[in-house]
Amino acid sequence: MARDFGIGASSKRREDVRFLTGKGRYTDDFNRPGQTHVAFLRSQVAHGRILSINTAAAEAMPGVLQVFTAADFADAGGLPCGWQVTDRFGNVMQEPKHPVLADGKVRHVGEPIVAVVAETLDQARDAAEAIEVEIEELPAVMDMRAALAEDAPKVHDDLTSNLCFDWGFVEENKAKVGEAFARAHHVTTLDLINNRLVPNPMEPRVALAEYDAAGDSYTLYTTSQNPHVIRLLMGAFVLNIPEHRLRVVAPDVGGGFGAKIYHYAEEAFCTRAAQMVGRPVKWTSTRAEAFMSDAHGRDHVTRIELALDENGKFLALRTDTLANMGAYLSTFAPAVPTWLHGTLMAGNYTTPLIYVNVKAIFTNTVPVDAYRGAGRPEATYQLERVIDKAAREMGIDPIELRRRNFIQPEQFPYQTPVAVVYDTGNYQATMDRVVEMTDYHNFEARRAESAARGKLRGFGIAHYIEACGIAPSNLVGQLGARAGLYESATVRVNATGSITVFTGSHSHGQGHETTFAQVVADMIGIPESQIEIAHGDTANTPMGMGTYGSRSIAVGGSAMVKATNKIIAKAKKIAAHLLEASEGDIELKDGKFSVAGTDRSVDWSGVTLAAYVPHNYPLEDLEPGLEETAFYDPSNFTYPSGAYACEVEVDPDTGKVEILSFAAADDFGNVINPMIVEGQVHGGLAQGIGQALLEVAVYDDEGQLLTGSYMDYAMPRADDLPMYQVDHSCQTPCTHNPLGVKGCGEAGAIGSPPAVVNAVIDALQRGGHDHVTHLDMPLTPSRVWAAMQR
Amino acid sequence: MSKVTLTVNGRTVTREIEGRTLLVQLLREGLGLTGTHVGCDTSQCGACLVHVNGQAVKSCSIFAAELEGAEVRTIEGMANRDGSLSVIQQAFQDCHGLQCGFCTPGMVMSAAALLQDNPRPTEAEVRHHLEGNLCRCTGYHNIVKAIMAASGQDVAMAAE
Repeated sequence: MARDFGIGASSKRREDVRFLTGKGRYTDDFNRPGQTHVAFLRSQVAHGRILSINTAAAEAMPGVLQVFTAADFADAGGLPCGWQVTDRFGNVMQEPKHPVLADGKVRHVGEPIVAVVAETLDQARDAAEAIEVEIEELPAVMDMRAALAEDAPKVHDDLTSNLCFDWGFVEENKAKVGEAFARAHHVTTLDLINNRLVPNPMEPRVALAEYDAAGDSYTLYTTSQNPHVIRLLMGAFVLNIPEHRLRVVAPDVGGGFGAKIYHYAEEAFCTRAAQMVGRPVKWTSTRAEAFMSDAHGRDHVTRIELALDENGKFLALRTDTLANMGAYLSTFAPAVPTWLHGTLMAGNYTTPLIYVNVKAIFTNTVPVDAYRGAGRPEATYQLERVIDKAAREMGIDPIELRRRNFIQPEQFPYQTPVAVVYDTGNYQATMDRVVEMTDYHNFEARRAESAARGKLRGFGIAHYIEACGIAPSNLVGQLGARAGLYESATVRVNATGSITVFTGSHSHGQGHETTFAQVVADMIGIPESQIEIAHGDTANTPMGMGTYGSRSIAVGGSAMVKATNKIIAKAKKIAAHLLEASEGDIELKDGKFSVAGTDRSVDWSGVTLAAYVPHNYPLEDLEPGLEETAFYDPSNFTYPSGAYACEVEVDPDTGKVEILSFAAADDFGNVINPMIVEGQVHGGLAQGIGQALLEVAVYDDEGQLLTGSYMDYAMPRADDLPMYQVDHSCQTPCTHNPLGVKGCGEAGAIGSPPAVVNAVIDALQRGGHDHVTHLDMPLTPSRVWAAMQR
Repeated sequence: MSKVTLTVNGRTVTREIEGRTLLVQLLREGLGLTGTHVGCDTSQCGACLVHVNGQAVKSCSIFAAELEGAEVRTIEGMANRDGSLSVIQQAFQDCHGLQCGFCTPGMVMSAAALLQDNPRPTEAEVRHHLEGNLCRCTGYHNIVKAIMAASGQDVAMAAE
């Protein structure tokens, strides 16, 4: 039911007005008095020993204030990793130190070696060019399989090998899975690559730090999805600054997609340098620096095997994955190919036995970490590709094969063999919906029409599940997380009834300022315009874990609901006093407190005013004021799911793939703002279609990044993409959070790559290229054309 | 250093600049007009797009010194005189044509240039026109919809 305000309304976004008039406040828009600028001299080689650094000429150049090397950070810690994985033998992962500035060795192209702080950016850059660094080049470790060889060069001399960990999940199932494969009627095997991607939020990273000598305190403005996490990691582990002396501000942030979760060297550098130089220090990443220093995503090489019985029932699943960690462990890197990936391998299906092996490997590339979906796209891609291949091999329609294996609505809550318990879902419903949306039953007529024009038409389907609303702290603690994953909110009601909500979540495009206000407005029954959402500043928000993993409304929203419920409970007590009634008889509706069954009432602002001007107030029983804080720690993940369908046309002369239609039927549980939810799906789809058709980060054998700019890395453009059909009418609300919400931020990027690839393979197969059973992404014209030539 | 005098959003300004100063640097650092953004260093992303003498120009690709006497319009000069959103800006809000907002100023300026030359573009023309503007958030769907709406047209979409 469409509503015009509150939960379920497509309220227009209040943040838009500032963004549309050029009044957004992004980090690079901030400048501080006396500000200086930093330029980093970055490694041009992937792997080498630093023999000498000569900064004398640079130090003498105009405007140069100070030149820094690793020696200036000798007493600082390394950039910490927030997740410790235990391998299948019970050993903890190998964890190298990640220095702020390269120390002794360089381990990837783009690693900062020297930093120059100068009066102007041009002066800093000019001086950086005058620095001489002598490096003895070492063989680069690039190929993951080769990296595991006994005699392979080592990325880290102090580790035993390039293997970070060898993880098995569920290790106890391994033998039983093997037995199931031995008995199976049919086994489908698929080798595939999940292509390495560069997240590319449009706003490059920025760090601006200042030091206040009088208070011995620091402020860091940074492009972060989680300012509290940065304060904790940088303060406690790198620079030894206690929280009360360190304020981290992440103002308007221009997209994140995971890349702005992590604590980066440049943040720690600017913060320390601001104190050493005695003036504010600013760094703004160029796009070239972003390509070689932002954490990349994906980069898995996998063999997946599916065992089926004669009716197509899935008996067992086995995967073997090599996961690239890059040269160092980024903040959440070890969690991505393990707990965010292995636990999703059941998908939407009743597969009883699953074994996942992941070997995480160090290479001389920039660190790899979570990118939109993080582990779940990798799981979904393997699963939905192998199911499609199995369907083809067994002569079963791919939709029908999925249908035969879906977990049924009455089976929820459903314990998977890979640890997680799905609370709700209805996979047949979303599949039926997408079939209806795409007019699948008339596909053959459309295919014939394409064929008449000499084009190959194909239809691809994929069904996904994701685990988001990250995450129960006690559970993730057992799995190796070095942090809690609750969220926080403070609801501050002002005397005249307006409200400021301070949330630990962070909005960098998701529209929290609008959506969160809708929830509070709905709960109290006052206009959304009365409510302000504040986020992004550790000085005024309670300790919160920030925004990633589609967690904001499910975890941050739940904290806000909890705090608002406390507000309402106290407000009812005040209302009861004012109305001389019993608290139990007070009802709140449409912003008015009334005594049940009477016409006596007091409105919202009457109560809030009494709270702050407590002349007529139960002071003996109740404190004045109306402000409450809540922390919410979820009891389970949330499990959005959905069916995605893609129809493509392949030009047999060029291999070019055109997406004719893309339909998404998602189950996000309850939806707060349908307009925003649809926008989130659109953006995820574009990134997933980009992965499927266009994007890949390519290094050569020497470790040079060949795709280091927008001239080489194919970002999806408007004319690469279709209008999408999106639908979220299938709703099975989450059972364990107060809003019944599941999260929608990553779904599009998770479900779309296999749908696109399945569609292209379908087009080729139907077009007579039976030998093409798989192609690795991105499905560029040259790859598709070459496959057709055999 | 040299002097340049130009008109920005109707206001005449004179500034001392270096020969290498780009228009986007003059706007952001010299004039404090931070609505114009820098998203790349190869003139691909379009976040810095402004109008110079009525033409769409990537302000990262032109020296300020070349603009003596020019008329420059930026996102800060796009709202109506009373401060309300212009038709294009309003369409972006109504159609949810922006998320993080970083590419948005460039998108709005690009859309304005398109509609000035082609008041009723087709969807394909809109998409083709936007090839110099990257957005990572919206998947372009709602940007295309907003530009079509600003031109008085609706994009027919199934299941909506």
